[in-house]
This record gives sequence, C-alpha cells and structure tokens, in this order.
Amino acid sequence: MAAYILKRLISAIPVLFGITLIVFLIMAMIPGDPATAILGAYATPENVAKINKDLGLDAPLFQRYFIWLGNMLTGDFGRSFSLNRPVLDEILDRFSATLILAGISFVLCAIFGILAGVISAARQYGWADKAITFTVLIGISIPSFFLGMVMILVFAVRLRWFPVSGMYAIYGGGDLPDLLNHLVMPALALAAVATGVVARMSRSAMLEVLRQDYIRTARAKGVHERKVILGHALKSAMVTIIPVLGIQAGFVLSGAVYIEMVFQWPGIGRMLVDAILKRDILLVQGGVVFVAACYVLFNIIVDVAQSLLDPRIKS
Amino acid sequence: MQILKLTRRAFVAASIAALGMFPALTSAHAQTPADVLVVGQIAEPKSLDPAAVTAVNDFRILVNLYEGLVRYKPGTLEVAPALAESWDISEDGTEYTFKLREGVTFHDGTPLNAEAVKFNFDRMLDEDHPYHNTGPFPLAFFFSAVEETMAVDDLTVKFKLNAPYAPFMSNLAYPTGLLVSPAAVKEHGEDIGRHPTGTGPFKFVEWASNERVVVDRYADYWGEPAGVQAVVFRPITDANTRVAEMLAGGIDMMVEVPPTALSQFQGDDFTIVEQAGPHVWFLILNAKEGPFANKLVRQAANYAINKEALVNDVLEGTAAVAAGPTPPAFAWAYNEELDPYPYDPEKAKELLAEAGAEGAELTFYVTEGGSGMLDPVAMGTAIQADLAAVGLDVKIETYEWNTFLGEVNPGLEGKADMAEMAWMTNDPDTLPYLALRTDAWPENGGFNSGYYSNEKVDELLEKARTSTSQEERAELYREMQVIVQEDAPWVFVANWKQNAVTNDRVENFDLEPSFLLHLQNVTKN
Repeated sequence: MAAYILKRLISAIPVLFGITLIVFLIMAMIPGDPATAILGAYATPENVAKINKDLGLDAPLFQRYFIWLGNMLTGDFGRSFSLNRPVLDEILDRFSATLILAGISFVLCAIFGILAGVISAARQYGWADKAITFTVLIGISIPSFFLGMVMILVFAVRLRWFPVSGMYAIYGGGDLPDLLNHLVMPALALAAVATGVVARMSRSAMLEVLRQDYIRTARAKGVHERKVILGHALKSAMVTIIPVLGIQAGFVLSGAVYIEMVFQWPGIGRMLVDAILKRDILLVQGGVVFVAACYVLFNIIVDVAQSLLDPRIKS
Repeated sequence: MQILKLTRRAFVAASIAALGMFPALTSAHAQTPADVLVVGQIAEPKSLDPAAVTAVNDFRILVNLYEGLVRYKPGTLEVAPALAESWDISEDGTEYTFKLREGVTFHDGTPLNAEAVKFNFDRMLDEDHPYHNTGPFPLAFFFSAVEETMAVDDLTVKFKLNAPYAPFMSNLAYPTGLLVSPAAVKEHGEDIGRHPTGTGPFKFVEWASNERVVVDRYADYWGEPAGVQAVVFRPITDANTRVAEMLAGGIDMMVEVPPTALSQFQGDDFTIVEQAGPHVWFLILNAKEGPFANKLVRQAANYAINKEALVNDVLEGTAAVAAGPTPPAFAWAYNEELDPYPYDPEKAKELLAEAGAEGAELTFYVTEGGSGMLDPVAMGTAIQADLAAVGLDVKIETYEWNTFLGEVNPGLEGKADMAEMAWMTNDPDTLPYLALRTDAWPENGGFNSGYYSNEKVDELLEKARTSTSQEERAELYREMQVIVQEDAPWVFVANWKQNAVTNDRVENFDLEPSFLLHLQNVTKN
C-alpha cells in the first residue's frame, strides 16, 4: 500500500509542473496588465513602464517564470501587489475559511446524500423514494448562487434568523456559535446540489448491488435486513459511491467560489475572482497552484480509499 | 424493515436537534451597536497608505484617517485650508509657500511639521529617498511638477515647481496628497499600508483581512472631535448582498447603491443621499478615419442618441445628461450657457444625408464594467438601437475592463469607430488636457484615443494650465467647452450622481462632489 501511495505521489509532480506552466502562460497572455488595473484612466506609457519596473514585470517572460518557480519551491510565493502582503499568508488565511465552508458542506452532502440514496433504494418506488427523489431533483436543479440569494432574502432579510454575510460578527463575535451562525446558510446552499448528486448515485449503486445473487442468498439465509443493507450492500456500493464523493469534493470546492461571492465568505474562491479582475498575477498564480495541488491530493486520497475497498484497483 | 425504523428515528432526532439549535444560533444576530457606524464598502482596500492607492474605495477610508495641506471645501471642489492655515503663490506661479497649523500631532504622537511634509513628498518623488521603496506610488505624477520641497522653518514649507502648473492646489487636496507620519513609515517600512498613521479625526484600530477595517475617534484631534466613537468599514463586493445587509440592519450605510435597488429604500427607515460628481460618461469617436472623420456625422451621433432615456430608464435617474466635456460639479469652471445636444433623430438623419454617411457601418467598443462606467452593456445596447433608428449599422464588441483599456488607450485607429469611456477627475484641467489635445494623441502617451485636434483648444488648455488666476482659468475653460461641444469629438452622455443610503439612526451625513466620504460630523444613536 505504501508503495502504491508513493507511486501516486510521484506521478503528481509532473501534473503540478504542468499546472504552474499553464497558469503562468495564461496570466502572461490575457490582455490587460496590473499597471493598467492600478492606474485605470491614468495608464500612460511612462506610468505603466514605471509600475512594471517596480513590480519586476519588465524581465523576459521565461526568466520571470523560473524566478517565480524557484522562489515557490523555497516556499516564497511572492508579494501580492493588490493586497500588499505575502501571497502565501493570504492563501493560507483564505484557504482555512474555504476549508471550513467546503468541509462542512462536503460532510453534509456525504451524510445526507448516502442516507437518502440508501433509503430510496431500500424502499424503491415507495413513498419515501418518491419524496426523496422529488426533493433531490429540486436540489440538483437550482443553481447554488440563486439558492443562496433566496435564502438570504427569506432567512436573513425577512425572518432575520441568520446574518446576511460574512464569517464572523463584526463586533463581539469570533467564537464558535458565531461561526456556526454565519455558516448555516452558505454551507446548506453549497451542499444542496452535491447532496442531490450523491443521493442519485448512491440510489442507483445500491439498486445495482441489491439485485445481486449474494444479497438474495444473504436474505434467504435469514440475515437481518439491516445487516443486508448496511453490511452487505452498502459496503459494495461504496466502491461506486466513493469516486462520486471525490468528484463532489472537487465540485464543492469550485462551487464555493459562487457561494463565497454571494455570502461574502472570506475564502479563496472570492480571493481568486478579485485577484483576476485586478490582474494580481502572483496572487492568481499562487492561488491556482495551491488549489490545483489540493485537487491532486483529493484524487490521490480517493484512489487510495477505493483501493482499500477493492484491492483489484491497485493492479 | 429495521433500517427504515432506524433512519426515521434518526431523522426525528436530527430535526429536533436542529430546531433546538436555532434559538441558540440566532440570538447573536442583532442591530449594529450605538455610536458605532458600520459602512458597507464595495471592496477590500488595497492599502491604507494614501501615496500607494488609486481607488475611490480606499480613499473613502483614508480621508477619515489622514489630512493633507489642503482639502476640498465641503460641498464643492474648491480648495480650502486643512493642515495648512494659509499659503502664498509666487507671481510666476512656480513657488508655493504653506504656513502649517500649530500643535497638530500624528496618531503616534509625533508632531506635524515642515520636515514631515517634506518627508512625504520626497518619499513619493525622489527615487533615491531611503523610503521610496515603500511604494510603488502610482499617482506620484500628480506632483511631477515639483522640483524641490523645502522646510523653510518648523511650520513653513515651500514647493518649487519646474513650471507653472495651476492644478497643483487641487492635486494637493486629492487623497494622494494626504500626509503620513514619517516615524510610522520608518517603523513599518513597506507594511505602512497596514499601519496607517495620520492626523485625521479617526485613528486606526484594526484591519481584519476581508472582514473589516475599524477606526476609533482620535481623542487629541486638533479640530472638532468626531461624532461617533468608531467606524467599521466592511468590504461587501456583491451589490445584491450589500443591499441585503442594508435591509437586514447589518450595516448602517452603503455607498454605490445599484440603480435597480433604490426603490427598496423608499420610506422612513432609510435615507437616500445623492450628489453629482466630477464625472463624465462619453463615447470617444474616431475622428481620424471612417464616417466620424466628418464633423457632421459626429454631431449627428450626438443628436441621434436619446440621453434622457439613457439616464432615466437605463440608469434609473442616477445620472444627469451631460452637455459638454466638463462636468457641472466643477461649478467655478463650468459654462452654464451650454445646453446638451437635444434628442432629434430627424436632424441626425439630415446631417447624415448631408455628409453622405447614411447606412454607414460602425464598430463600437463596449466594456463589461469598470470604474465609473455605470451600466456599460445596457447603455451600449441602447445606444446601438438609437443609432440604428437613424440608419447607422453599429456592431458591438464587448471586452472585460482591463482588456478594454488595453484596446482603447492605444487609440482606435484601424480597429473601431467609437468606444465607451468615463473619467472622474479632481481638476477641470485633467480630462481635456489628457484626452482632447493634439499633443495627447496615443502615440504621445495621452488618452486622445479618437485623435481629435483643434489648435484653438490646444492653446486654451495650455494657457489655463499655467495661469495662477482662477477667474482667468475659468474663462478659458468655458471657451474651450463651447468649441469642443460644437466639434463633437465625443458623444457627451452623462454625469454620474453618486448615491448612498443610510438607515434612520444615522444623522448629519452628506456626500461630497469629490466622492470622498468624510464621516467626521456623522452621528448615530
């Protein structure tokens, strides 16, 4: 198993290098530059040249790439000009906020998604199945940012149960209840679609397994129904469900961008949107590489988990 | 079916637990505290070092923390004393001597004196200054006429200019001229932008990234103390969320209310404040080639576009129709006799027929957003329809703001016939000087992207820039406006009215034509 993990980790290195090159070239090729973004209407050629010199953007392209890459390998992601602070500090600050939001959403979507899928499958075509399928379809069909805005309107503006936006109260907050209070709406809005997908996939995976002969054998032997469903069927179905969860983890992370915009959650998605609009090259590059590395890591974890459940996958 | 019994039980338990949590969770959410003003900003500030920033969003915080030698007189764009009590300008307009107010201290306790003023301008302008590396200072060119800053005595400071430059005073009043404590710059170096230290009515307390900037009343302020104990600036980039926060009571004041949201704030609970600013929204017309090389066609475009409809229907009354290149907010330099081109499609058709330009095909650059651009896509579409009504075939090309500037600023030649543009300036000199002179064509580094050229306009603008008499400058600008309106190098469309909404707990709040947010006198119960 250790060798398998090592192999997967080594194969991730070229992927990450490819990502650094692609994101660097994209930032170099898109029109508009930081100087224009800073100077706006005052971007005369002299002013632009001066700012570019101050930002170190006057060096040749590939020299800049290797300087950036070299610095990054030593842990120096550079300094964001638009926030005037080290890129890595900003990324870590913001990523912890995203991790809380996406992590809770992921846990919610995994628990409720699998639960709903299992109940649906166990009660195929029964009232519970129909009710769950209906709810799940609504969840899948509503774009998360729209759901977020409707939730703000209903639960924050009208009912005033929850605050509209932000992560902590701006005065006297900062403790756990305050965080949960701010987390409820964005986490639910973000989890909605993923929960639906997980529920649908779990249901079909369970149905697939429940038709197998060994399930009938187990039932014929008089194994308790709860044990059949949870012990025999769900365990096999998990081999199909876990990759879906892996994809949903990525989906929740990228979906966080919209939710962070709507709820002003101080996460990495909102940071990247702002950074792109301001052409904050180092912040965009650092942020994308960081998020990409997380994706790669997720995939490795998913593969490893899958191979633990089904040893055939390793070979 | 044990499994279902179990899950049903689990569901009931989970629901009860969830319901039980609601009261505990919701109790924390209440109104903002008394005597603390919470302001909804449109973005996170870049830095709180006045020399390093360019955005109005950042200036709104800065003018409460810092002061400059001079400021804009409340309600106008005229220059008034601030940290300088008085000043003298030499006959030839190249020496400005300021007498500083006595007994003013920065928030760190160090005195404001002539050396401190000299430090600030040297830091920005002198590349060999030990603290020049705390930049970059993108707007330092506002003071590029300054040859030397001299501390004559403790409270007298003198600027020597390399040539007469009339906008110098209003540039000093601009936030780029706000003064930072030299001791704080020396202590914090390039992190000075996160440790702002000025002389203003509020002193800096805390900046929690992406959440808030908090400032407190400065107890030793030299003037009238601030009306509230503290101000919290919250960055809320999404306009809909900002509106929701305002409605839910999470903020006391918001700026840049989207026109479509204004109707939600009608009634007694909220006050809408409006103020026209030094802003012009216009279309640059390519006067070098194509149909717009003919003045008649340019005038036809001005007649064909229904500016009233744009301002009232697209912008929901958040702007006024522009008459010429200078916004009326520059009251002292504005030509009151100028009337906007009326909406007259018949007249436009006549002019087009006379010029032989009926059915001409035009390329129109539209931006998706951008500072001061208001609602550029909707406006572009409405303009396209108006021009189609007089027989012009307009093809729109849309670009994201930075890309758009990259296309438009180098000039429209060979690419487009017209482009949207908006400017907000602090002196009536800036926009025409940078965007209408022959010497300001893109190849010379200016912003005259439509290649307009009129010798008389060039002469008037040069003369106005070097005159030290405000009356004389005003005369010259008024004459310039008449000529430019007749020549129609642009379609003059709108002057933006900035707006803000406050709730009923906020009093004594006014917006300034400078678009800066002075909160010193505001009170809140």
